Amino acid sequence: MKIAIASGKGGTGKTFVATNLFYVAVKNGRNVTLADCDAEEPNVEGFLQGKPIRKKTVSQNLAVIDPEKCVYCGKCRDWCIYNAIICLEEQQKIYLLEDLCHDCGACLVACKFDAISETERRLGTVTTSVIEEDSVLTEARADVGIYSSVPVIKAALTASGTPSLLLMDAPPGISCPFITTVAPADFVVLVTEPTPFGLNDLKLSVETLEQLGKPYGVVVNRDGLGDHKVYDWLEEKNIPLLMKIPFDREIARIYSQSLLVAAEDDSYAKQFLLLLQKIEALCKN
Amino acid sequence: MKIAITSTGNSLDALMDGRFGRCMYFVIYDTETGATEFVPNPNKEALEGAGPASVQLVASKGVEKVISGEFGSKVKAIFDSLKIQLVILKDPHITIGQIIEKFATQKK
Ligand code: SF4
Ligand code: SF4
Repeated sequence: MKIAIASGKGGTGKTFVATNLFYVAVKNGRNVTLADCDAEEPNVEGFLQGKPIRKKTVSQNLAVIDPEKCVYCGKCRDWCIYNAIICLEEQQKIYLLEDLCHDCGACLVACKFDAISETERRLGTVTTSVIEEDSVLTEARADVGIYSSVPVIKAALTASGTPSLLLMDAPPGISCPFITTVAPADFVVLVTEPTPFGLNDLKLSVETLEQLGKPYGVVVNRDGLGDHKVYDWLEEKNIPLLMKIPFDREIARIYSQSLLVAAEDDSYAKQFLLLLQKIEALCKN
Repeated sequence: MKIAITSTGNSLDALMDGRFGRCMYFVIYDTETGATEFVPNPNKEALEGAGPASVQLVASKGVEKVISGEFGSKVKAIFDSLKIQLVILKDPHITIGQIIEKFATQKK
C-alpha cells in the first residue's frame, strides 16, 4: 500500500505525521519505506538516523547548440515542440532555453549542420538509508536552482521499490512535484491547521485530489490553535477527519529536538497506529 | 520604429493584455507609418514555453520595443540580449489606442 502525506504549504506538520507513522509501522513489524519526496527541502533524515547504503546521482541530457556551426536556418526551432529554441534568422541569433528542453532529441535529427549535440546536467541525488531491518528511507534531494524536481522525485520513487507499505512525504503545494508524488498513492493524507490559511490551502489540495480521483482524508495539526471552520467544512463536504493533533508545547519541544513523539510518548504511538489502521480500512473500502 | 503591444482584442479599443507570453493578440505598431497589425497569439495556450515562443514571434517582426504588463525573467534576459526595450505598464484599464496615442505624442 502506498500512502502520500501532503499539505498545501510547508511547516504544517506533514513531516511530523510521516515520520511518526513510519515509526509505528516499523514498531509493528512492517516492511516499510519512507520516501522523502519534498526534494527542494528534504528534512525527514533529521528525524530518522539511518545508515546510508546507496547514493545515486540523477541527471538529464540537454541539447546544446554550437553557434560556430549554426547557420540560423531555424529548422531545429520548428521541430522543437517544447518551445525551447528561439532562432532569429534575420538577427542571426539562436537561444536554447535549458529549462524547457525535454531531451526529446528532435533538434539533433533536424539539424543538418551538425551544430547540436547533447550534454549531461546534474539534477540532484537519491540517497537510500537503512533505518532498521526491513525499513528504509529514500531521500530525493534536488540541486539548488534546477527548473523542476520531478525527475529527482521519480528516481526516488523508483529507488523505493515495492515495500508492503510505502509512505511518501510529498512536496508542498499542488504543482507538478506534488502531482508526481501523489500519482502512485492509494491514499493521500492531507495535513492542515485549523486556521483560515490552513483551510484555504486545504481546499486547493482537495480540489486537485478530486480531479485526480484519489481517496484522501485529513489530519488537523495544532488543534485548538485557530477556529472551527476547518472542522465545519470537513463535515459539510463529508471528508474523513482522520486525526486531531493538539496544539501542545510538549510536542513542539520533542519535534524541535528532532525526536519522534511516538517514540517518546506511548499515547501518541497508539494514536498514530490508529491513524494507520484507519487509513488501511479506508483503502479497503 | 516598430513597437509590439500585448492586447486583449483585435481593435484599438481593446484593453492592453497584462500578460506577455499568453496574451490574446500582439499589436505591431509602426511609429513612422502609423500602421497597426493585429497578430493573434498562437502561443497563448501552449503548455510550456509560451514566453520564448512569443519572443520569437515579436522579435522576428523586427520590433525595437515591447509594451506589456509583465515579463518573466527568462524572457527579459533574451530581450535584453537582443537589445529590445521593454516597457511595463501597470494600468489595467489602458486601451491600445491610448498607448499608441501616448507614443505618437511623445514623438513630437
Ligand atoms: S537546425 Fe542547426 S543550423 Fe539550423 S538553426 Fe538549428 S542549430 Fe542552427
Ligand atoms: S532536445 Fe527536444 S526539447 Fe530539447 S531543444 Fe531539442 S527539440 Fe527541443
